[in-house]
Amino acid sequence: MADLFTAPEIDFVGLLPMLIVFVGGLVGCLVEGFAGRAQRYAVQVPLAVATLVLAFVALVVLAPDHQGITGAGTVALDGPAQLLQGLIVVLALLGMLVMAERLGGQQPDAFTQSGASAPGSAEEAYAGRLGATTTEVFPLTLLSVGGMMLFVSANDLLLLFIALEVLSLPLYILTGLARRRRLLSQEASLKYFLLGSFSSAFFLFGAVLLYGFAGSMRLDEIAAAISSTAGMDGLLVPGILLVAVGLLFKVGAVPFHAWTPDVYQGAPTPVTGFMAACTKVAAFGAMLRLFYVAVEGARLEWQPVVATVAALSMVVGAVLSVVQTDVKRILAYSSIAHAGFILTGLVSMDQAGISSTMFYLATYGFMTIPAFAIVALVRSSGTEATQIGQWSGLGRRAPWLSAGFTFLMLAFAGIPLTSGFTGKFAVFAAAISQGYAWLAVIGVLASAVTAYIYFALVVRMWLGDEAGDTQVAAPSLLTIFAIVAGVAVTLGLGIMPSPLLDLAQSTSVFLR
Amino acid sequence: MNFPWLTTLLVLPLVGALVVALLPRGSASVRPVALGFSLLTLAVAVGATTQYSIGSGEQFQLTEIYPWIPQFGVSYALGVDGISLSMILLGLVLVPICIVAAWDDVPATDRRQHTYFALMLALTSMIVGVFAAIDVFLFYVFFEAMLIPVYFLIGMFGGARRARAATTFLLYSLAGGLIMLVAVIALYLAGPRGTEGFLVSNLVGLDLSVEAGRWLFLGFFLAFAIKAPMWPVHTWLPLAAEQARPATSVLLVGVLDKVGTYGMIRFCLSFFPEASQWATPLILVLALASMIIGAFLAINQDDMLRLIAYTSVSHFGFIVMGIFAFTTVTQAGATLYMVNHGFTTAGLFLVAGMLIARRGSRDIRDFGGWQRVTPLIAGALLVSGLSGLALPGLNSFVSEFMVIVGLFERHPWIGVLAATGVIWAATYILVMYKRIATGPRPELDVPDMTGREKFVVAPIIAAFLVLGFFPKPVLDLLEPAVQQTLQHVGISDPAPAIDTTTAEGSGR
Repeated sequence: MADLFTAPEIDFVGLLPMLIVFVGGLVGCLVEGFAGRAQRYAVQVPLAVATLVLAFVALVVLAPDHQGITGAGTVALDGPAQLLQGLIVVLALLGMLVMAERLGGQQPDAFTQSGASAPGSAEEAYAGRLGATTTEVFPLTLLSVGGMMLFVSANDLLLLFIALEVLSLPLYILTGLARRRRLLSQEASLKYFLLGSFSSAFFLFGAVLLYGFAGSMRLDEIAAAISSTAGMDGLLVPGILLVAVGLLFKVGAVPFHAWTPDVYQGAPTPVTGFMAACTKVAAFGAMLRLFYVAVEGARLEWQPVVATVAALSMVVGAVLSVVQTDVKRILAYSSIAHAGFILTGLVSMDQAGISSTMFYLATYGFMTIPAFAIVALVRSSGTEATQIGQWSGLGRRAPWLSAGFTFLMLAFAGIPLTSGFTGKFAVFAAAISQGYAWLAVIGVLASAVTAYIYFALVVRMWLGDEAGDTQVAAPSLLTIFAIVAGVAVTLGLGIMPSPLLDLAQSTSVFLR
Repeated sequence: MNFPWLTTLLVLPLVGALVVALLPRGSASVRPVALGFSLLTLAVAVGATTQYSIGSGEQFQLTEIYPWIPQFGVSYALGVDGISLSMILLGLVLVPICIVAAWDDVPATDRRQHTYFALMLALTSMIVGVFAAIDVFLFYVFFEAMLIPVYFLIGMFGGARRARAATTFLLYSLAGGLIMLVAVIALYLAGPRGTEGFLVSNLVGLDLSVEAGRWLFLGFFLAFAIKAPMWPVHTWLPLAAEQARPATSVLLVGVLDKVGTYGMIRFCLSFFPEASQWATPLILVLALASMIIGAFLAINQDDMLRLIAYTSVSHFGFIVMGIFAFTTVTQAGATLYMVNHGFTTAGLFLVAGMLIARRGSRDIRDFGGWQRVTPLIAGALLVSGLSGLALPGLNSFVSEFMVIVGLFERHPWIGVLAATGVIWAATYILVMYKRIATGPRPELDVPDMTGREKFVVAPIIAAFLVLGFFPKPVLDLLEPAVQQTLQHVGISDPAPAIDTTTAEGSGR
C-alpha cells in the first residue's frame, strides 16, 4: 500500500466533442421513451443535427488548444485524432440528413417500422397500422459516431476495443432495419454481427498477446517495449497481426472482406453510405495510430503483410466489382478496392503516408455518402431499383441526378479534377517515395479495371434504353443538401485540394 | 506582354461550353453561339501567335506560372514552344471547321444539340490545355480529363455500336494514362521535388540511373503509343473512328492523338535521352510495322471511316520514325507532318461524312460512280486523298519527304522500307477513290456540295496548298523547338547535314 491512488487527470474540455455526441445519443434514447410517436421525428432530427453541429463547433473552437494525452494515457488528443474526429462528425452529419429523408411520408423512408418483428408477420403489420416510428436510428447513429470518435483517439488497446464495440453494435442493429427486402436486411445484420464478433475476438486475443509482450495495453509503452525487448517475437508478431485482423475486418480489406457486399446490399441504403464513409475513417484512423505509434518498431515484420493485403484488396475488389449487376454491390466491391488504395498510403510509413491516408479518407467519404443517397432515390414499384438494368436510360428521366452520379463515378474512377484523382495521387506518391512502386502499379491497374464498371454504369444511364417502371423519388431538401454538399466537396478537392492538404500535413504528427 | 494569352485560350471555349449548355431549350442560337466562340478563340490564338517571337532564347514563351498544389509540387504553368503552338493553332483552326461540318449532325430536339456543341467546346479547351501545359502534372490532368468529353461525344452521338466504341477508347487510354501516372510520380520523386517540382524545366536533364530512366521512359512511352496510336496498341482507333461522328473523329484523330507524338518529343526524348536511344531500334521497328500494317489494313477496307483510321495508323508510323531518327530534318519533318496530318485527316473524314450523310451507309460497296452525281464532293475526296498519299505540291509531301531523306542518312534500310509507304498510300487512296467515285452513274438523286459544306472544304484545301507550296513559316516555327529537343537528347545530325531549306527546296 505504498502507492497512494492518484486520480488521473482528465481533460474534459478536450473530450468535450465526444461527450457532446454521447450525451446527444443518450438524450435521444430518452426522447424515444418519453416523446409521443407523432413528435419523435420532429424532436430527434433537430436533436441529432444540433448534437453533431455542436460537437463540430466544439472541435474547431476548443480542440487546437487542448491537444495532449489524457485519461491516464488512454486517450490521445492529437492532430490526426482531431482531424479525423472532425471528418467523422461532418460525414455523419451528411449521412444523418440522408437517413432523415421521408420522401413525403410520416417517418424516415428507408427504415422499417418494426425492426424486432419477423418480416411479414402480424406484429409487423400491426406496427404499420399503429403508425410506429423508427426514430431510434438517430440515437443509435449518434452512439456509433461517439464510438468512432473515441476509436481514432484511443491510445490504449483496451479502450480501442471498447470503442470498437461501441461503434459496431449500433451498426449491427442499423443494418437490420431496412424497410423493404427485410429478410435480406436481417440476414445482413446477422452476418455482420457474427463476423464482426469473430473479428473482435481476434482483436482481443491479439491485444492480450501484446499485453503479454509489453506488460501494458498502452500504445506508447508497447512501442517502448519493442525497442527495448528482444526475443519475444513469438508474442509480438502474432499479437500485431491479430489486432490488425480486427481492424482490417472493419475496413473490409481482403481477405476479411466477405461481409462487405452482403451487408452493403442488405442494409438500408442511407446506413450503407454512413457506414462506408464513417467506419472507414474510424478504422483507418485507429490503424494509423496502431501502426505508426505502437508497433512502428516492428515494421519489418508486418509491413509486407499489410502491403500484400493492400494488393489483394485492390485486385479482388476491382476484379469482382466488374461482374456485379447490383449497384450497391458494385459500390461495395469498389469500397474494398478503395480500402486497398488507402492501405497503399498507410503502408508507406512516413509523414506523407499519414497525411495522404487522411486526405484519401476525406475524399472517399464525401463521394460515398452522396452516391448512396442517390441510389436510395432510384425506385421501381415502391422499392429501390438497384439492378444495373433498372438504371438504363436514367439520364433522360432525371438528368440532374444522373449528372451528379456520373460525376461521382468519375471521382470513384480517379479522373483528374475530381477529389478521387487527388486522393489517389497522394497515396500513390507516398507509396512510391517509400519504395512501393509495385503497389502503385497494381493500384493503377486496379483503377483501370474499376473504371470499366463505373463507366458501364454511366453508359447504361445515358445511352441505354429507358427501363420500364424505374422512377426517381423527389427528394426533400435534406437529401438534396447532402448530395450537393458531397458533390461540391468532391469537385472542390479535385480543383483546389491545397487547404485540406495543408491541414492534413500540419496535423499529421501523432503524440506518443 | 503580360496579357494571359494561354489562359484566355483555355477559358474562352470553356465559357462558350457553359453558355451553350445553358441556352434555353429549343434555342435556335446554339450553333451560331458555338461557332462564334470557336472563331473568337481562334482570333485570340492568332493574337497570341503575333506575340510569339521566333528565335528568342527562351524554350517556352507566353509563360504563366502560378502555384497550384504546392504540397504536391504542382504549378499551374502554361507556355508554348514552336511545336505546341503549332498544335494549338491546328486544333483551333479545325474546331470551327468541325462545328460547321457538324451543323446538322444532331437534331435540335431536347437538349441534345446543346450537349453536342458544348462538349465540342469543352474539348477545345482541353486541346489548348494539354499542349500548353509545361507542368507534367498539369499535362497529365488535361491528358486524362480530355477523355471525358470525347467519351461522351462518341458514346452519346456515335453510331450503333457507340457504347462499345466509347468504352474501348476510354479503357485503352485510361490504362495507358494510369501507368504513366506512376511514372509521373516517380519522375517527380527523382527530380528536385519542392513546390515547383513538376515544372518541365525542372525535370529536364535529371541525373537518373540507367535502369530508372528506362522504366520511366517505358511508362511514358506506353501511354503515348496508345494515344498515337501505334501498332500493336492501335486497336481502339478503328472502332472509335467508325462509330464517332466525322467531326469528332477529326478532333480525336487529327488533333488529340497528336498528344502521343507530341508527348514523345516533349517528355520521352527530353527527360530520358539515354533510354530513348536505348529503345530506338525497337521503336523504329514498331513504327515501321505501324506504317506497313496500317497501310495494308487500309487497302480494300470496306468501311470508309475505318479505312481513314488505318491510314492514320500508317501516318503515325511515319511520324514516330521521324521523331526517333534523331536528325533535325526528320524531326522537323515529323512535327510538320503532325500539322499536315491534321488537315489531311480532317479533309478525309469530313468529306467521307458528306458522302455517308447522303448515302446513309459507311460501306464503300454501296458507292460507285459518285463523281457523276456529286462531282464537287468526289473532287474534294480526291484532293484530300492525294494529300494523304503525299502528292508533290500538297502538304504531306514536304513532311514525308523530309522524314524519308533523314531516314536514309541515319538508317538507309529503314529509309528504303519507309519509302515504300508512299506506294502503299497511293494504293489505298486510289483504290478507295476508284470504288467510290468511278463507275457507272448510280440511280440516286442527291444534291452536290451545299454552301455550308463548301465552307468546310475550302479552308482545308487552302491549307493543303499553302502548306504544300510554302511551308517555310511553319518550319521556321518548328525548327528551334526541334533543335532544342535534339540538344536535350545530345545527338547531332549525321554529316553531311542537310540544310532544311534545301530539303524544302527540293521538296518543291
